[in-house]
Amino acid sequence: MSPLDLLVVAPLVFMVLSLLAGGWQRSLLALAIATMAALSVWLMTLDPGTAHVVGGWELPLGVLLRADGLAQMLVPAVTLTAGLTGLYALHQFAPESHASNAQTAAFWPLYYLMWSAANAAFLTTDLFNLYVTLEMASIAAVAMAAMGSVRAALRYLLIALLGSIFYLLGVALILSRYGTVDVTLLAGMAEADFATALALALMTGGLLVKAALFPLHGWLPPAHAAAPAPASALLSGLVVKIGFVITVRLWFEGLAAAATPAGLHVLGGIGALAILFGSLQAIRQESLKALVAYSTVAQIGYLFLAFPLIAGAGHAWAGLSFHAVAHMIAKAAMFLAAGLMLKAAAGPRIADLAGLARAMPLTVTAFGLAAVSLMGLPPSGGFSAKFLLVDAALRQGQAIHAAVMLIGGLLAAVYLFRPLAVAFSGSETPAVPAKAPSMVAAPLALALAALLLGFAGGPLAELATGGAPATVAQEPPPSLENTVKTASEDAQ
Amino acid sequence: MTAFLPLALLTLPLVAALISFAMPEARAVWRDASNILFALVKLALVGFLLLQAQGGVDFEWRYEFLPGHDFVLRVDAIALLFVTLSTFLWLIATIYAIAYFERGPNLARFFGFFNLCVLSATGVAISGTAITFFLFYELLTLATWPLVVHKGDEKSLTAGRVYLTYTLAGSAAFLAGILWLKALVGPLEFAAPPDLSPVPTLTLILIFVLLIGGLGVKAALLPFHGWLPQAMAAPAPVSALLHAVAVVKAGAYGILRVVHDIYGAGTVADLGLGLPLAFLASATILYGSLRAVMQNDIKKRLAYSTVSQVSYIVLGASLAGPIAAVGALVHLVHQGIMKITLFMCAGALANRLHIKAVTELDGAGRLMPVTMASFTIGALGMIGVPPVAGFISKWYLGSGGLEAGDAWVIAVLAGSSLLNSAYFLPLLYRAWLLPPQGDHAPVAELTGGWNRMLVLPAAVTALASLGAGLFASFPFSPLEWVSLIVDAGYLR
Repeated sequence: MSPLDLLVVAPLVFMVLSLLAGGWQRSLLALAIATMAALSVWLMTLDPGTAHVVGGWELPLGVLLRADGLAQMLVPAVTLTAGLTGLYALHQFAPESHASNAQTAAFWPLYYLMWSAANAAFLTTDLFNLYVTLEMASIAAVAMAAMGSVRAALRYLLIALLGSIFYLLGVALILSRYGTVDVTLLAGMAEADFATALALALMTGGLLVKAALFPLHGWLPPAHAAAPAPASALLSGLVVKIGFVITVRLWFEGLAAAATPAGLHVLGGIGALAILFGSLQAIRQESLKALVAYSTVAQIGYLFLAFPLIAGAGHAWAGLSFHAVAHMIAKAAMFLAAGLMLKAAAGPRIADLAGLARAMPLTVTAFGLAAVSLMGLPPSGGFSAKFLLVDAALRQGQAIHAAVMLIGGLLAAVYLFRPLAVAFSGSETPAVPAKAPSMVAAPLALALAALLLGFAGGPLAELATGGAPATVAQEPPPSLENTVKTASEDAQ
Repeated sequence: MTAFLPLALLTLPLVAALISFAMPEARAVWRDASNILFALVKLALVGFLLLQAQGGVDFEWRYEFLPGHDFVLRVDAIALLFVTLSTFLWLIATIYAIAYFERGPNLARFFGFFNLCVLSATGVAISGTAITFFLFYELLTLATWPLVVHKGDEKSLTAGRVYLTYTLAGSAAFLAGILWLKALVGPLEFAAPPDLSPVPTLTLILIFVLLIGGLGVKAALLPFHGWLPQAMAAPAPVSALLHAVAVVKAGAYGILRVVHDIYGAGTVADLGLGLPLAFLASATILYGSLRAVMQNDIKKRLAYSTVSQVSYIVLGASLAGPIAAVGALVHLVHQGIMKITLFMCAGALANRLHIKAVTELDGAGRLMPVTMASFTIGALGMIGVPPVAGFISKWYLGSGGLEAGDAWVIAVLAGSSLLNSAYFLPLLYRAWLLPPQGDHAPVAELTGGWNRMLVLPAAVTALASLGAGLFASFPFSPLEWVSLIVDAGYLR
């Protein structure tokens, strides 16, 4: 057995067990967290690029699981995010909790299904298998969203299905054109012809819906804002990253031949618009969870804004991986903290949060630290990500990209400091219901993890670039001579 | 071993911050004691470093925090000047803050962020690269915001919002500037300045504007000074720290670093940037003083006085020549000890006699003679009356102007001194020569622990500003230390 198989299979086993567990959900979760944490550590120690064919069926028939740098960063991040979110959810979806029995019974199988889908999506290189993970994630996500608002969930379902159809069409085109759907094989075969370009466009369109990239984001804010806090954390943290990672696999590895600079720039431009639009919408929100949900729309924009920078000078690939991880962790922390704050507050609006900084300092701290990372301020994983991306943009002379990212950071400060300021306001300390320690600890631990990411930038950047596709800029360490030379060439 | 000494400078306030956050309000005595203890230990460490640095030993700690970007802490003579100031004033301000708040609510939070503020100021001082500087500069913004909004009333929240709007926008501009320049010329190490010759003149000018604009926000340079008078809504110990060492000084110190250690004074003059910056600084000096004359609120008057006084440092930095540089650096210290004296006195008057406006000051000299005596020394120093420290600063700035062939500087200094007299002398007149208005009994300033801790810190800094002037030619006086820095060629 390899950790690659186990990372996908183990959550499915836990899913089945959770159906039978009854009152033993707590023990089951502890077992799941321990197992997945051990497997994640194992994964990180593998050589980048380690691959494994499932069940011994060789390519092109079999399915390949591969641990590249991106997966080696994202899968452990999933373990951290899902594990801590699970600890939080234990109190919300416990047999003795207030949630209805149906929700309690449904949450845990969906939770493990989503976990498995995320791991499979980050480790698989097979386009059809990736389709399966997309569907698994969508089913779990829609069902979780339905716990908050059935209306938003139905809308989500319809749009997700539409996205799947587009993606599947593209996969069919690729299969008929090349006879394989494995990304690693396609990387060597793909040509820049019309069929390939069309397939890439179709698949990308479908994936952008799943990743909620502006202007295809419409389903996200209502679904993420209405769902219960732990569900929102998983939806915003994990699910949107799946569509994004598959897009990355297509554009920079499998179908890189058909990924023209113009196409990359279009995606980058849409990403820039997403940052601005999402941020401005977040500023306009009165409800805390809607604000956090629109912040996801904005943050997704950064991931795509990085696309045209990947092949050029700088470390955009590391920045991109960093941003995916940092956003996953920080956004989950923020949704969980927001969930606790809203339970204590008088209502769902930001104005209802007055005085909470005194009443629940640890939770507001978690919210604040997550906000620091999302704003891209140091020290945090979000800062490292944005810093590398802005640096890459400026080194490539893409001043507008750099400006959009910096302005996006300022807009994020505008909308994220607003709830914080309200929490600090007033002089009375509202009485808040007592919370289980693990419920308070989960968002705080996630937020601290987002903060600590900022201190591990060097090793993590190395991890991210290990086994990166050939299209990523592989540059020697910059020396003064080189850069001065380029500068003088620019000057002429 | 010694390579870790710079880290120790940061660790001490960090541990003090963590202790403050964690200590319950019931154990406030332990929090106070540990804060003072850590400040004393740091002062001892700084003393040791001063002795080492006098022998020409520099300490450096280096770590690649992101690929291609080094995090460098460097303790050299010029950094030590600022570190000594901030450490000494940390101790003073901590003692004062303990007495100012006595036992109030939310003090764990207050002292925690207060110490983080000191950590950031120290980090700013010992940064070895522009990017390291940026990290601490931004951290300073984050650490100060909770202090500004500490009271939680509408005025504080507005002040906090305005503060963030200015400073975050400034930081973004600064970050864009350093990354742009770094993309062109490689790492921006203060100890090993980059070769700017290959960069086109126009680009250099644009980057300079970004850098100085970004730093000018915190240094309250015209037209970016608007946040400073508003930030007066914060409690007096915060204002004291903000105006003396933390925020405005970080901006001024950064401008010194940019002019002397990134561009080099010669290059700045060659690009024709020195004179415009000097004009801007002069305009700020006169404008700040003019506005100060118009204020009735004592803290507001002091705030506008800071706007004016900090620009002396910028003026000294922008005039080419070593004498002006001496004036700039020495004023960094002198303004710090004089301004903290004034703010601590203003806070004590408000705290014990509820005097907040200039017109309420009548007879204050009889009610709180020690406090008003300290205030008088600080005010005379600000005007530039010998032998208080402010005179030394102005003397060197004036001589520096003459040396650089800019005789108009003398006129600016004279005009500013006149205005300084216009806004400080009426205060002294009212306090000493007019009878008290209400029926306040004289405050027993030197009996009772709280009173002593509130009054004596200002007396100590007042004596220090007197001593810095009287004993300006003694070893380890600010002036001697600055001359050592300039002679040793730390500033180019």
